[in-house]
Amino acid sequence: MERSGWKAFLYLIPALLFLGAFMIYPLFDVFIYSFEEGYNSASQTYFGTGFYNYSYVLHDPYFMQALKNTFILVIITVPVSTGISLLIALGLSSIPKLKELYQTVFFLPYVTNTLAVGLVFMILFKKTAYSEGLINLLINLFGGRSVDFIDCPYWAKMFVLCFYTVWIVMPFKILILTSALASVDPVYYRAARVDGTSKTRIFTKITVPLISPMIFYLVITGFIGAFKAYSDAVALFGVNLNAAGMNTIVGYVYDMLYGDSGGYPSYASAAAILLFIIVLTITCINLLVSRKHVHYS
Amino acid sequence: MKIVLKNLTKRFPNRNKKGGADVIAVNDFDFEIPDGMLVGLLGPSGCGKSTTLNLISGLEKPSEGRIFFGEDDVTDLPPENRGVGLVFQSYALYPHLNVFRNIRFPLENFRGKDRLTKEEMEKRVVEAAKLVQIDHLMERKPSELSGGQQQRVAIARALVKMPRVLLLDEPLSNLDARLRLQTREEIRRIQQETKITTVFVTHDQEEAMSISDLIVVMKDGVVHQIGKPQDVYDDPIDQFVAQFLGTPPINMFDGEVRNGQLYIGEDKVLDVPGVRDGAVAAGIRPEGFILDYEGPLVCELTRLEVMGRDVSIIFKDEAMKGEAVRAIIDAKSRVDTGSGKVSFFLKPDKVHLFEPETGERLRFGKAE
Repeated sequence: MERSGWKAFLYLIPALLFLGAFMIYPLFDVFIYSFEEGYNSASQTYFGTGFYNYSYVLHDPYFMQALKNTFILVIITVPVSTGISLLIALGLSSIPKLKELYQTVFFLPYVTNTLAVGLVFMILFKKTAYSEGLINLLINLFGGRSVDFIDCPYWAKMFVLCFYTVWIVMPFKILILTSALASVDPVYYRAARVDGTSKTRIFTKITVPLISPMIFYLVITGFIGAFKAYSDAVALFGVNLNAAGMNTIVGYVYDMLYGDSGGYPSYASAAAILLFIIVLTITCINLLVSRKHVHYS
Repeated sequence: MKIVLKNLTKRFPNRNKKGGADVIAVNDFDFEIPDGMLVGLLGPSGCGKSTTLNLISGLEKPSEGRIFFGEDDVTDLPPENRGVGLVFQSYALYPHLNVFRNIRFPLENFRGKDRLTKEEMEKRVVEAAKLVQIDHLMERKPSELSGGQQQRVAIARALVKMPRVLLLDEPLSNLDARLRLQTREEIRRIQQETKITTVFVTHDQEEAMSISDLIVVMKDGVVHQIGKPQDVYDDPIDQFVAQFLGTPPINMFDGEVRNGQLYIGEDKVLDVPGVRDGAVAAGIRPEGFILDYEGPLVCELTRLEVMGRDVSIIFKDEAMKGEAVRAIIDAKSRVDTGSGKVSFFLKPDKVHLFEPETGERLRFGKAE
């Protein structure tokens, strides 16, 4: 037993080394930086320790803006994208013909580069000297007035960001949910039909509970993913997100690390730890809620 | 509620794209199931018995023909308006609901004037659960139940809405041998208590014979024979039915009739008045042999199997079909194994003759 235990450990070493060096050590490092005031990565010096970094970050209007943006993004996109994906997946699983084709079409955004998608969205939404943008043309067609989605006002930009995020995360969710729906034994539907169960009731009382583990998985990863949003905002609004008022928490961390020639790693670390705490809390709440509503077979 | 099937036919389109004929799962069924009976649909796999059940339940639409429950034509009604309870082979209990909520599920679908209050539902659920004796397991999830208990829950769920007809698809196939015996008694008891017309599907003839009031023997979408189990066993309509019913199975021989006498090999074994001369397929039930050293059928003994209650004699004959012939005789009879030969008289009512080509029964009268 003893020897085989050692052998097993030996196999684990490469993975453990990498995890330690690139995941666990940086985690602790960031945690320590967040308490070191005015840390300079070039000279490896700092003035003192304490909660000043946190205080600074929490009083920074840019951080508060980023926090607000991120929360709005999370609260809107996670339920909306999961809901729409579920509907599309349901639609996909009830059409026998062309199912593969539609599945491929719906999966395309997943393999498309974020920045390329951002460019397409610019064409759709941005007002330039030459064009109003496709969406504005549509709005004009129905008698509305043009809106500048990319430069202001705030709600228009938020709408574009949410729209974009929903669109980019849906393919994966559709894929997962389609296979989840396919894995439900059709005998349950037959049993429900003999008992005269209505379509809505079949959906809410049978289908959803049976695929609830998958929905829950998508919600959790959706929350985490949305909290980490950054590249989507950059793709739409450019690198200067603070100026656009569309920064996210990860964007804020990035700006703090590399902005203003030299950066403020201590503030960045504090913001990162704050994000970590938020995500951890939300995930714990999710887990608690799921105990009642998720049915593992 | 009696069930009447009139010229019922179900065709499935051929999946092979190059054309070819449709698959006929159920071919021109025409029979009546009297009210309050327990009926077994019996046949080898692929004979259309499950399709018949699905047609009665309404999950499948017939290609032709009508279905009546009592005087009502239910052919065009969807399953929920037929008043059928269906127990699936895999039980199909909802895994996320406990026993109580599984049984209550059909009641929650009632709308309009049939709508029940919570108390009424609970009363009905408890009644159904008591009937199948699972009222102590109400809080359990299906995964925490044994196969037999799951089956009872499935039956309770089918009965709770007080169906006009109860349908069971292979009710015993997922149970082990001991539980199977117990459960079939249980199904019989529940059916007799509720008096609901019940149709069940099985490929196991013993299962069907043991509890049914009537059995329907099917093959390739065609009904061969309908009758009380003992009648069908004693008086099979053709060779298929004779061979399908009975364990151990009937022994088949190549025989020949000459002048009203049945010959097996060169042995003249039985008077069969009224049968035309020529080759016949002769089936002899294992209990149709009388061991007697003066008997006309002389065969080569292979071995004896002593079961306590009776003795099986395994022997060979040149004219037999299959591997060996099995005769079951009383344990008190002394078998002389020394000579390596055994001789039998035959009981005329245990011998059935058939046309060798078509399997059609050739009946013979009593010998004088």
